[in-house]
Amino acid sequence: MNFRRGKNTFWLSIMTLMLIITAGFLVVFIVRIITLGAPVLSWKFIVEPPREAMTEGGIFPALIGTFLLTALAMIIALPLGIFTAIWLTHYGKPSQLVNILHIIINTMAGIPSIIFGLFGMTIFVNLLDLNVSLLSGSLTLAILALPVIINNTEEAIRSVPADFSEASLALGATTRQTISKVVFPAALPNILTGAIISVGRVAGETAPIMFTAATFYSRSLPHSLQNEVMALPYHIYALMTEGTHPQAQVPIAYGTALVLLLLVLLIDALAIIIRSYMRKKRQW
Amino acid sequence: MVDRQIWTSNLNLWFGKNQILHNINLEIYKNSITAIIGPSGCGKSTLLRCFNRMNDFISDMELTGKVYLNGKNIYAPKTDVYAVRASVGMVFQKPNPFPKSIYNNVAYGLQIQGKYSKSEIKDRVEESLKAAWLWDEVKDRLHHSAMSLSGGQQQRLCIARALANKPKVLLLDEPTSALDPQSTAKIEELCLALKNSVTILIVTHNVAQAGRISDYTAFLYLGELVEFEKTEQLFTVPKDKRTEAYLTGVFG
Repeated sequence: MNFRRGKNTFWLSIMTLMLIITAGFLVVFIVRIITLGAPVLSWKFIVEPPREAMTEGGIFPALIGTFLLTALAMIIALPLGIFTAIWLTHYGKPSQLVNILHIIINTMAGIPSIIFGLFGMTIFVNLLDLNVSLLSGSLTLAILALPVIINNTEEAIRSVPADFSEASLALGATTRQTISKVVFPAALPNILTGAIISVGRVAGETAPIMFTAATFYSRSLPHSLQNEVMALPYHIYALMTEGTHPQAQVPIAYGTALVLLLLVLLIDALAIIIRSYMRKKRQW
Repeated sequence: MVDRQIWTSNLNLWFGKNQILHNINLEIYKNSITAIIGPSGCGKSTLLRCFNRMNDFISDMELTGKVYLNGKNIYAPKTDVYAVRASVGMVFQKPNPFPKSIYNNVAYGLQIQGKYSKSEIKDRVEESLKAAWLWDEVKDRLHHSAMSLSGGQQQRLCIARALANKPKVLLLDEPTSALDPQSTAKIEELCLALKNSVTILIVTHNVAQAGRISDYTAFLYLGELVEFEKTEQLFTVPKDKRTEAYLTGVFG
């Protein structure tokens, strides 16, 4: 009996230790980012462009750039992803084609993001001649987000009880009406939550925009889709690798990292709030 | 001679290689309640779903023979399937109102047809809720979620939703098997009241229920129509041994 109790205590201690180590990493990481980044944070840091060869000033163009890249990527990816998922769930009869599509989508989800960057460069920048631009970067990010959006939308649609579709069809509705009036509204909360989480991911990506959209320094905001843009993750990368005054620039990089981190946390928090609100409202 | 609302001629149905229905010849009379009884898996629900072509969604379904609804074969090549489904109401085993308001649940069938004005729909919603004996309970909260209703109320809402299209036929697929006895009694009474305006087919594995409310009973066994008679007759002097065995509870 004592032996068994001893074994139990032993494993419990091991688990507690692992938990402490995991949580410890997270705490150290957050504390470190905050202590290094917080000193440069200020309202001016948010709303001013960089000055004096990036040794002073703020990150406003990068913030706006990230916002534009992400928003445009979502505008492109959401309709593509949602309609693809609807086709896969409702129109694609179980067949070899559908299986192959699923394999392609899942493979895409596993491709390293730098490969998407290269792909975006060869297709959008070179082949389609869109230049290193906001548009090329958004398209690349959209492709990166697609598999996540498709998988998430499919799951959301499949979780809507079949009873609802049956009732709708039995009343004489077409498949299209059933999807647009019954299935899609019921799946929407989950589709939205997934979309918001992928926004967080897209906003933080560096590799896909490195060759397709991002620029080290731009004095003005982009005024067309053909312009290069600054972006938060790339700004960090540039400050840490290409800076000529590291003493002044490294703190700015940490400040930028802190802003990016807060932004992603904020977006995820929004997703959680929407989800719990919708779950409370949902009653099936 | 009573008028026929539905009749089938040599109806056979397969799911893949399994033959589910064998050569069914059945007549359903106007403004009557016909119960379809039989043990689980005998094809009752599948037969019911032949009458509004709800089996069409099963990809490996095959069907031969004819099903006449109001004198027209609904499996004829040029049939408007959506019109057929709109003209036949269906209520399912588990109450399945949409996650919408009470009002929008009943209005749905009319809204999707796109040919009714808002005021017509409003009148029809009220009429249907009254016909399903739900109006008094919900008239003050038409725009609340249908999910806030009790199970029995939800099922009557589903009946109201089916009635809104003014169907000539109402198909009920074990409509009370998920309900408590009180709600069940209310729906049975409702069926008796509704048969003056609509022909009712009810699938049930509650033999007593068939006896209480139906005018005619069809006994289905292993996909075959074993016996079809006036309920009184079938229950008192069944012609077939299998019917008698089922009614007396030898198998089921």
